Amino acid sequence: MNRQMSTAVDIRDAVKTYGQVTALQGVSLNIADNEFFTLLGPSGCGKTTLLRLIAGFEEITAGQILLFGQDIARLEPNHRPVNTVFQNYALFPHMSVLDNVAFGLKMKGVDLPSRQKRAGQVLEMVHLSQFADRLPAQLSGGQQQRVALARALAPEPKVLLLDEPLSALDLKLRQAMRVELKQLQEDTGITFIFVTHDQEEALTMSDRIAVMSNGTVQQIGTARDIYEAPVNRFVADFIGETNLLQVDVEANSEDIAIVILPGGHRITCPSASSKTGKHHLSIRPERVTIADTGNLSATVDRVVYLGTDLQVIAHLDDSQTVTIRLQNAARTAPPALGQRISLQLEEGAARLLAD
Amino acid sequence: MAAPGPQPQTGDAAYRGIVRPLLLPTWAVIGILMVLPVALMAVYSFLTKEFRGGVEWDFTLAAYDQFFVTRGLFGDEPPQIEWTYISIFWRSIWQAALATLLCLLIGFPTAWFIATRPAKTRGIWLFLITIPYWVNLLIRTVSLRFLLRDQGPLNEGLIDLGLISEPLQIINTNLAVQLGLFYSYLPFMVLPIYAAVERYNFALSEAAADLYASRWATLREIVLPVVKPGIIAGCILVFVPSLGAFLAPDLLGGAKTFMIGSLIDEQFKGSQGNWPFGAAVAMILMSLVLIVLLLYARAQTRGAR
Repeated sequence: MNRQMSTAVDIRDAVKTYGQVTALQGVSLNIADNEFFTLLGPSGCGKTTLLRLIAGFEEITAGQILLFGQDIARLEPNHRPVNTVFQNYALFPHMSVLDNVAFGLKMKGVDLPSRQKRAGQVLEMVHLSQFADRLPAQLSGGQQQRVALARALAPEPKVLLLDEPLSALDLKLRQAMRVELKQLQEDTGITFIFVTHDQEEALTMSDRIAVMSNGTVQQIGTARDIYEAPVNRFVADFIGETNLLQVDVEANSEDIAIVILPGGHRITCPSASSKTGKHHLSIRPERVTIADTGNLSATVDRVVYLGTDLQVIAHLDDSQTVTIRLQNAARTAPPALGQRISLQLEEGAARLLAD
Repeated sequence: MAAPGPQPQTGDAAYRGIVRPLLLPTWAVIGILMVLPVALMAVYSFLTKEFRGGVEWDFTLAAYDQFFVTRGLFGDEPPQIEWTYISIFWRSIWQAALATLLCLLIGFPTAWFIATRPAKTRGIWLFLITIPYWVNLLIRTVSLRFLLRDQGPLNEGLIDLGLISEPLQIINTNLAVQLGLFYSYLPFMVLPIYAAVERYNFALSEAAADLYASRWATLREIVLPVVKPGIIAGCILVFVPSLGAFLAPDLLGGAKTFMIGSLIDEQFKGSQGNWPFGAAVAMILMSLVLIVLLLYARAQTRGAR
């Protein structure tokens, strides 16, 4: 990304503890203006806590949260120029859709005609104009989701916070909403901070992703960085499918290593650390091919038909399991069970992990 | 829709044979405990009084006439509106409304407090609220009298503390009646509001704060409208029995605080009683309450549209 970016949200050493439990242990993040930034991780990793700290629903234990340079970490939520799309929408049940959307403007003191006009515009943006007079309970889940989005967008926040907003929708709707959300973010130019545990959601929408685990950020990067160059076992394992092979590291500089594969072949690969000894090598199943003379030999245990792909599960001579994904093309003859095969790790696709 | 078996319809013999007998207890309760007594009172209010209490089966409007119309001390003047009973009604409505307001002001924060405790301790708080109500209402009202009287612990305590030099005149005033009604009916306010607040989704308050609402605005715009059904239920449950209460006004108030409940109570006591008049006052009171509830229900359905 070449454009000149200013920082929208700057989180410095954010710590949050609940009694003895530490939910966030010193998280630092920089989120650029106009960025679609995703906090990704399993439940309990601290992603929602971090979002709630930015919104102001939780009190920060230590650290700073700067919004365009101003520390907002100790402001009440109603004094922070950010808005939230809640996981279960939290629409006001006694108000019409229009009144829900206009609520933020009303609280900001915008007069009735102006706020109704603006609310009408935002409803149009999310294709809900004809439902303006309905109550939330009279809408479907997908429509309620759009109302929640419209309500949070109407006051024109500097940053929009989205707390797993798609998790209550069914798959088809979820996929459609991903495209729409991304489009909306590009159209409005508002910084989106999106929380999800769904890696596919994260990979398809985000400019950058922060992978979180145990209250810390494991890796920050673009979808491609995180998928292709994971720094550690957690990231490699959490994002997509991967093979983690135990290998001997013979030589290791900061970013390149020579490793000995099971079976004795030496390969050169990118490295995330400078340690030698026994470590893990990550290689995606689609980057392993069956070759005539490869650098690993294995025995086929199972072949699974997946429609677009074939999944081959095999074991190496030292009994480590390897999964291979082959495209289901006409020329691909699936290997037979028990067959000895030779595997080729694609050049540069294998990566030595830090731990 | 392919249902696995025949669905009983309202007209089915199966429905008549099974469901109707099952409804009998409901009809019996409503009939014997509700319709019958009210009908009995309605009939009595149109009968002639007998002197030692009881009634004679002679149809007359005398009871209603006595309530609304006066013809002077000896009954020989032109008919005029009788204000005695209407003013008792008016005073009762005021007393009941004030008691309801007092219960709401104390009951709402109490209910809110209980509903926002951890789930484990809520039961204990509710239990504590209900404990005093295991004791008979009469006993509780009498003990309140002892607490409030001139030489009671309240006045003596305040004098010992040097806050006052003379005992406060509380007993036999409207204030004492208020306190009595408040004390008698507080749980009827707390429990429905508690039920509403417990169901309240606190994410709504977060959403309101997120959309720039102050705490006060959140309470006014979101919390109160959403828990309104509980508040209304509590107000009805306190207002209606307060209106007809007779223990608190009798035992805590003086002659000046005479309320409808005491008026009705007197008509059914001893040889001074007048059953048809007591029945008529009760019917007028009930009609009044019904009209208020109907107006409220109509306002609700109009508001929902």
